[in-house]
Amino acid sequence: MPPREDALPAPLDTPRVSPRSHAFRRLLRRSGAALGVVVIAIVVTVAILAPVVAPYDPLATSWSAIRKAPSAAHWFGTDEIGRDVLSRVIWGARASLLAGVVAALISLSIGVPIGLLAGYAGGKTDMLISRLTDAVLACPFLILAIALAAFLGPSLTNAMIAIGVSATPVFIRLTRGQTLAIKAEDFVLAARAIGNPPWRIALVHVLPNVVPALIVQATLAIAAAVIAEASLSFLGLGQQPPAPSWGSMLNTAKNYMDNAPWMAIWPGLSIFVLVLSFNLVGDGLRDALDPRHT
Amino acid sequence: MFAYLVRRIAAIVPTLIFVSMLIFGLQQLLPGDPAVVLAGEDRDPTVVAYLRQKMHLDEPLPVRYVYWIKGVLHGDLGESLRMQKPVRELILEKLPVTIELAAFAMVIALLIGVPMGILSAVKRNTAWDYAANAVALWGLSTPNFWLGIMLILLFSVTLGWLPASGFVSPFEDLQANLAALVMPAFVLGNAIAAVLMRHTRSAMLQVLSSDYVRTARAKGLSERGVILKHALRNALIPVITLGALELGTLLSGAVLTEQVFTIPGFGKLIVDAVFNRDYAVVQGVVLFTATAYIVLNLLADIAYVVVNPQIKVQ
Repeated sequence: MPPREDALPAPLDTPRVSPRSHAFRRLLRRSGAALGVVVIAIVVTVAILAPVVAPYDPLATSWSAIRKAPSAAHWFGTDEIGRDVLSRVIWGARASLLAGVVAALISLSIGVPIGLLAGYAGGKTDMLISRLTDAVLACPFLILAIALAAFLGPSLTNAMIAIGVSATPVFIRLTRGQTLAIKAEDFVLAARAIGNPPWRIALVHVLPNVVPALIVQATLAIAAAVIAEASLSFLGLGQQPPAPSWGSMLNTAKNYMDNAPWMAIWPGLSIFVLVLSFNLVGDGLRDALDPRHT
Repeated sequence: MFAYLVRRIAAIVPTLIFVSMLIFGLQQLLPGDPAVVLAGEDRDPTVVAYLRQKMHLDEPLPVRYVYWIKGVLHGDLGESLRMQKPVRELILEKLPVTIELAAFAMVIALLIGVPMGILSAVKRNTAWDYAANAVALWGLSTPNFWLGIMLILLFSVTLGWLPASGFVSPFEDLQANLAALVMPAFVLGNAIAAVLMRHTRSAMLQVLSSDYVRTARAKGLSERGVILKHALRNALIPVITLGALELGTLLSGAVLTEQVFTIPGFGKLIVDAVFNRDYAVVQGVVLFTATAYIVLNLLADIAYVVVNPQIKVQ
């Protein structure tokens, strides 16, 4: 019987670093990714503390402060009915982050089990799932999300469902591909040889090895979902007024570009910065988790 | 090659069937009786009865699908209740506008993305490479509707150089047509340029490290000749075919861009249909775009095999 790994003495001078913390260190060594992590942390904090940090009520209108340019009282100016743009941008971060994370979770929770099933079961199951995935992938992402949101009805919840469902095929394909590669590895064959049931092999031996690729994809999917939510809200199919959302703020702002350009600048810049941060972290994670990728 | 073509075409049939089922299934998401919902706010009993009969709502779901797909195969995508026109006619009416916008955007994307990708690969790990990567990341992270609004703010509102919205047919006034499309096409091409840049960079890096490029350099060819005559030709093959797959991004982007610049194209058609609760138009547009995407994918695959004789057709 081979000795248990934990029975072996650890080398004295080598600190034991888990692969996960090693990857995290590699991630933070990349300045772009580190910057992304910091920006996301700030946006998340601001979104959570919105009731405390927002200087005004995001829904409070003021007829004496309609379309006021940025000033000491209103740093980002005010909108067409006198609401404070900064407060609405701060509260809008909640909708964007929520939509990004929830949509990615929906994609993961549907896509990973189906991809695992397709990759592990193979045969007709795989063929059926792959053809269905091809069918959903054939519909352009945003057009499918618009159609789903239109049929489900306009709301932030339905937008999140529409975005999550539309992005699912990418996770099915990714999980399937990774599963196919991993299930041919020796350790999986060994697990099968000692009589482990298929579900156990898929969950205990295959899934943990798919996770790094899923983390990278999920980070990029959050970025795509933030843009998609803003797009749907811009079209009037996401967050409904008067609740603040960066996309719906831009929709209103485009009617006042002549005399209140600040209404368009800040929400758009916020989307850009948040999406850029997620993309930087996604790229950094890909490099950190896959040393072959440079 | 012929056998490959037949096999490849046969492979898209199940995908097309699933796409049609998916799009037909969208109707089932409507809350309540589809005929009542589709009849609009008036809920005119005559219209409801007409829709119920036309959509065979008294029949079981699979039978309704067969009726629907039969119509689709005969070119009947349904009728727009709001515009009282067949959906097919509406799509064909708006399509040329979107095709022109998409083609213009693709030209811009190629003009920006490919040279940037070459530069980035040739000057790897230099300031040029970092700058090109930063531009690509910028392109991937900018919401195109916001970029559109910012361009309008700069070139239309502030400088007054370009029209902020609208569309003029090229047959009426070519100059006005180009002036109206340059900003939307740039907005639309921007994100695709970023993708093309990344593809070009990685393809060029791969080709530049291959043996035949080393041989060309050893023969004493100029670096410019090696890059342009030897490396680029081969690196462009996957780039062009992958570029064709960006059609989905192009069509999705067109929806928003046409909305920002009030261009009466395909994207505006679907958005207006959504707000008019004109569900047949929404279904028709999704079905059309998905079919176009599948067919273009097929053409890209075939083109890839045709232009690259190294690929052995299995």
